Amino acid sequence: MKLHLVSLNILPIVRKEFRQIKRDKRILSILLFIPALMLLMFGYALNFDVKHTSMAVYDEDRSSVSREFTEQFFISEYFTKVQTLESKAEINNLLDAEKARVVLVIPSSFTKDIQRGRAASVQVIVDGTNSNAAATVLGYINAIIQQYSVKVMTESFVRMGQQNITMPIDFEPRVWYNPELESAKFLVPGLIAFILMVTAVVSTALAIVRERELGTMEQLMVSPIKPIELILGKTIPYTIISLFATVTILFLGSILFDVSIKGSIFLLSLVTFIFFIGSLGMGLLISTMVETQQLAFMIAAIVSMLPTFILSGFVFPIRNMPIIIQGITYLLPARYFLVALRAIILKGAGLSAFWDQALILTIYAVIMIGISSLRMRKILA
Amino acid sequence: MRNILHIIRKEFLQLRQDKKMFGISFIAPVLQLIILGYAATFDVSNIPTVVCDFDNSPSSRELLRSFTSTGYFTIVEYFDKTSDIDNQLDDGHASIAIIIPRGFEKKIGAGQSAPLQIIADGTETSTAGIGLSYASIIVSQFSQNILLESLIKRGSVTMPARVSAEFRVWYNPELKSRNFMVPGVLGLLLMVMTMLLTSLAIVKEKELGTLEQLVVTPIKPYQLIIGKLAPFFIIGVIDVILVVFFASLVFSLPVKGGALLLLFLSLIFLMTTLGLGLFISTISRTQQQAMMTAIFFFMLPMMFFGGFVFPIENMPTIIQYVSYVIPLRYYFIIVRGLFLKGVGLDILWPQALALFIFGSVILSMSVLRFQKRLE
Repeated sequence: MKLHLVSLNILPIVRKEFRQIKRDKRILSILLFIPALMLLMFGYALNFDVKHTSMAVYDEDRSSVSREFTEQFFISEYFTKVQTLESKAEINNLLDAEKARVVLVIPSSFTKDIQRGRAASVQVIVDGTNSNAAATVLGYINAIIQQYSVKVMTESFVRMGQQNITMPIDFEPRVWYNPELESAKFLVPGLIAFILMVTAVVSTALAIVRERELGTMEQLMVSPIKPIELILGKTIPYTIISLFATVTILFLGSILFDVSIKGSIFLLSLVTFIFFIGSLGMGLLISTMVETQQLAFMIAAIVSMLPTFILSGFVFPIRNMPIIIQGITYLLPARYFLVALRAIILKGAGLSAFWDQALILTIYAVIMIGISSLRMRKILA
Repeated sequence: MRNILHIIRKEFLQLRQDKKMFGISFIAPVLQLIILGYAATFDVSNIPTVVCDFDNSPSSRELLRSFTSTGYFTIVEYFDKTSDIDNQLDDGHASIAIIIPRGFEKKIGAGQSAPLQIIADGTETSTAGIGLSYASIIVSQFSQNILLESLIKRGSVTMPARVSAEFRVWYNPELKSRNFMVPGVLGLLLMVMTMLLTSLAIVKEKELGTLEQLVVTPIKPYQLIIGKLAPFFIIGVIDVILVVFFASLVFSLPVKGGALLLLFLSLIFLMTTLGLGLFISTISRTQQQAMMTAIFFFMLPMMFFGGFVFPIENMPTIIQYVSYVIPLRYYFIIVRGLFLKGVGLDILWPQALALFIFGSVILSMSVLRFQKRLE
């Protein structure tokens, strides 16, 4: 009986809200298509690959050996030669103006050292501004130099009259789950979480406060509607619209970026749905707490955009953060969603691997909807 | 002039009444700078590593020591079965697994090649990539040392030739990602905060119907715009000062290129973000529209394509062209140049000029659009 009453009152609100969304073509198309478009653009454009790093060479040796050595860098796609320097003084300006990120300096004794069986040392100057890229570049350079060193070593062993030289360790690195280390696989689940979070919070953040600011709330106050009904009535239309966006996002993600969903689609939809309700609830809560749309907008943008971008584990591994900041990340629903999402999509893990995350998301959703209803009661009273 | 002052006073009165908003405008940027500045780090250290040492010999232990002594790897657990390693990587308890097969030491002693397996969890690409490149450096150094040692043991007097590198890292010698990220967070925050302020400025009056009251007064459109913009500009300037001050204080990042220059260039950057916000306000009918337009069409693309974490050089060519119209792109080069490199205007003038042109264009476009709307 009670349930029946609830559904009776919700329907008109749902219908009214739908009509309002439908009237505003721009908002409707933003909610329907922008999430997919963003995934498309960001998914294609964003990666952490470090390729074609600009490199300048200052070769004091100018011999066939030093040229052969320099060649090693440019046969790979990791480095692009931008300039051959004539004097050491040019290095400064080159790095300052970001015309080159790496400068390779080969001393004049390079060939002589190799021929006489000594350790030839070259100097590598790296622009460390972008520490992450610089660390990767250092790794590449080291690998190329080591490889060359082994070659030089074997050659000189042969000259010394020893033949069979094998490297003592045969090192075989293997990468699981994402063998080619494509950043798309790491980033696409994160992008999905980020886009959904922002869309959800943004779409409902103005829902209640708009009625208050424009003075239409009074009409609702005189109607016999219950707070929870109003909250649900406002949530349902956005859930339906955004479910469409969610399905497109997941679909596009798996088709275009080859991020096929290894786990169960049902589980994926379930977790996404719970996360989504929680995020919509958060938007509604903001909407019930403030008096002006401007304030709601500011709070919604501040709590959803940058924190989800930086704190959720989307790009920066949470493990590397200071302990206190790690504590703060526990407050973000996207954090839990992301763990579940990556586990399902990349590892094909079952519910046993992320049930705790799903549970927290459920609790979060209940709390968000609950508090907004309480706040709503205060407003309606 | 008097007209403008009137509007400025009115706007400020309105802002002061809204205590919450006043607080948010100043407290949120500082709080976010500190939290996000600490959070945004790629520093790879103490990668949780699990080990299966089937050999358990002096050589295998020495190899493992050379891994842990670098500080990049922390061995969290030892296992006897490779199946345990599967679980550890599945659950995300470990990111790297090292497997040393039986007979490791014997093979090395006999001058054969001993296999060594290292498995990385590729889901976190940056950790896996950097972890593996450290691992390969450690292993190949270990390898070369063994080779040289065995040569000495055999009594060889001449050493083989080899090539080594001496690395110098400029601007950020310890490769701390914080030095790169904090200036970036500063730029992001300023962009978000200042655009939030102005993007609802005009549309709010439109939606609430107070714009008509202003239209019938003898105030000219450009006066109205200047009057509306001035308080936000002042808030923006205070935000710039606060954020720059706290960035250098909390993260002990001195502005090598001079704080005054940074402030001056930040003001030019402010022109672009306030102008963009205003522009959004003139092309929207309702506040909700303005909010969605601001977030989805301006802020998010700027966050992702401006070069905050994702290098622009790696993006598709079209997107690289798009990034030229993102003011944040130029501002990032400016803040990073001033904080890390200590370069001056002689290097940064193209960026400053680009920001200035962008700011002037977007501001005049908003004024024109607004004028047309009023008439």
